Amino acid sequence: MAHECVRPKAPKAAKIVLWAVLILLYLPIAVMLLSSVFSVHGGHVQATLNWFIEVLSDSNLMSALGNSLLVGISSSVLATVFGTAAAIALHRGSSKLKTVMDSLSMVSLIFPEIVFALSLLAWFFILQLDLGLQTVVIAHVSFSLSYVIMTVNSRLVTLDPALEDAARDLGAGEWTVLRTIIVPLLAPAILGGFILSFLLSFDDFLITYFVNGVGQDTLPVKLYTAMKMGVSPKLNALSSLMFLMTLSVLIFLFRSSAFRVLFEGSTEGRDLDGRQEKENL
Amino acid sequence: MKSKVLAIPALVWFGFFVLAPLIIVIAVSFATQGTYGGLEWSVTFENYVRAFSTTYLGIFFESLKLALLTTISCGVLGTLMAWAMSTSSPQHRHLYVCAVALPFLTNLIIRIYALRLFVGYGGPLQGTLQFLGIPFDPFVLSQNKVLVFYGMVTTYLPFMVLPLYGAFEKFDFTWVEAAQDLGAGPWKILFSVILPNLKKALGSGALLVFIPSLGEYVIPDLLGGAKNMLYGNLITEEFLKSRHWPFGSALSVLLIVLLLTVAWIYSRRAAKHGS
Repeated sequence: MAHECVRPKAPKAAKIVLWAVLILLYLPIAVMLLSSVFSVHGGHVQATLNWFIEVLSDSNLMSALGNSLLVGISSSVLATVFGTAAAIALHRGSSKLKTVMDSLSMVSLIFPEIVFALSLLAWFFILQLDLGLQTVVIAHVSFSLSYVIMTVNSRLVTLDPALEDAARDLGAGEWTVLRTIIVPLLAPAILGGFILSFLLSFDDFLITYFVNGVGQDTLPVKLYTAMKMGVSPKLNALSSLMFLMTLSVLIFLFRSSAFRVLFEGSTEGRDLDGRQEKENL
Repeated sequence: MKSKVLAIPALVWFGFFVLAPLIIVIAVSFATQGTYGGLEWSVTFENYVRAFSTTYLGIFFESLKLALLTTISCGVLGTLMAWAMSTSSPQHRHLYVCAVALPFLTNLIIRIYALRLFVGYGGPLQGTLQFLGIPFDPFVLSQNKVLVFYGMVTTYLPFMVLPLYGAFEKFDFTWVEAAQDLGAGPWKILFSVILPNLKKALGSGALLVFIPSLGEYVIPDLLGGAKNMLYGNLITEEFLKSRHWPFGSALSVLLIVLLLTVAWIYSRRAAKHGS
């Protein structure tokens, strides 16, 4: 492949900047991970997992984790269902529908997060909805929807329209085509959209913080409130656990897609290679 | 015909929970505050007039300065980083992309917590300074403007690096070779060969950094302390502490208008550039 001929190296300075930034990005996280396990007592370094045990046996934190999971799963299910349906409609629909959808998702992307949070809060107040996990779910669906639409849409564009036509020629109705052809072909993108919106929901602090009811904190909100009081070994352990949780989900994601391409040799893998080749040309 | 129906839930949702709150904010910005903190519907511009008074303009320009500074720093660092990333060996490139993307995919609160641990009382930074015998004020050190700036740059850097890296991947490096053969130094190559081809990615990266950083709330709140108020924090104070919704709404509307203008100018320039 022509593009793989050796690229002239960037100057040393660029490489130094890259490494300096990466070190600065990871140094605080490394310190946090280390200090959740190790502590210094009078010149001795001690290793202990006690703080992790304390976090895991804290019923307050565990109920916050439960809230995070509940909100994450329910909002991403809703966002995935609505978003997938909308993406399919968009793909087939008129250009007018497309413009409407595009401008709507543009609005939700440009809307400053803090203004979105506060205006939703005002809106819930006017609607006289009680603040609680239900309002958090509503808010999370609102900001995840456009991400799901984009993810599913990017896959829809690559589908061969002949598959649908063939099914129709064989007498399949709209619903059958949707159920047996389109949704199975979209499955990886739908799963991707689901995981993406779950991560967005699970990591969200700002919007949750404002539209949440009293005493129904999610994990990031708990961490924020606790952090206002200062740092502590227990909080180190809590944030380390949260960091490791996200990390393992991401590693799982990277590995699963890598596995699919490497070993299964499915159409998807080939598809991906084909796309990459096109990009490289 | 049937497929149109599928768009209805998402459209209704957008309308009811994204557009409606936006309209409410616009409407409330023209209202006045009642005696007991309630709303009195009216059409007044006093909230907007007040938003343009020196105190609030000062906070606005402070936020604008920080957002621009963040965008420019991300642009400079991002260009150099993406250049180094794209010219490393193919196996390393993927690792670099993951390394840049990972912090961005983990929770902001955790990253800020780690940063506070790092600069805070008994943390490695203060320990090192103490060891070196450099005097410092532990309170100033753990909450200040520089820290806010640092937090903003490290948070938004991936938004700049990833589009730039994508542009570098598509860039034809034989041009660089040609320039080298003609005797151009690395910086000359950067400014006259590479950068003109990165305009589009730089533009979208700048937009992606500038928009969230102008309304940032969490970073100044946790790293700046009460003294360093920015626009996002001001809006929040008006809504929650002063309970002056009309004024908070007016400030929000101004912020949205500004961001929309920036996005509009960008898309127009991008369209012109494309044709």
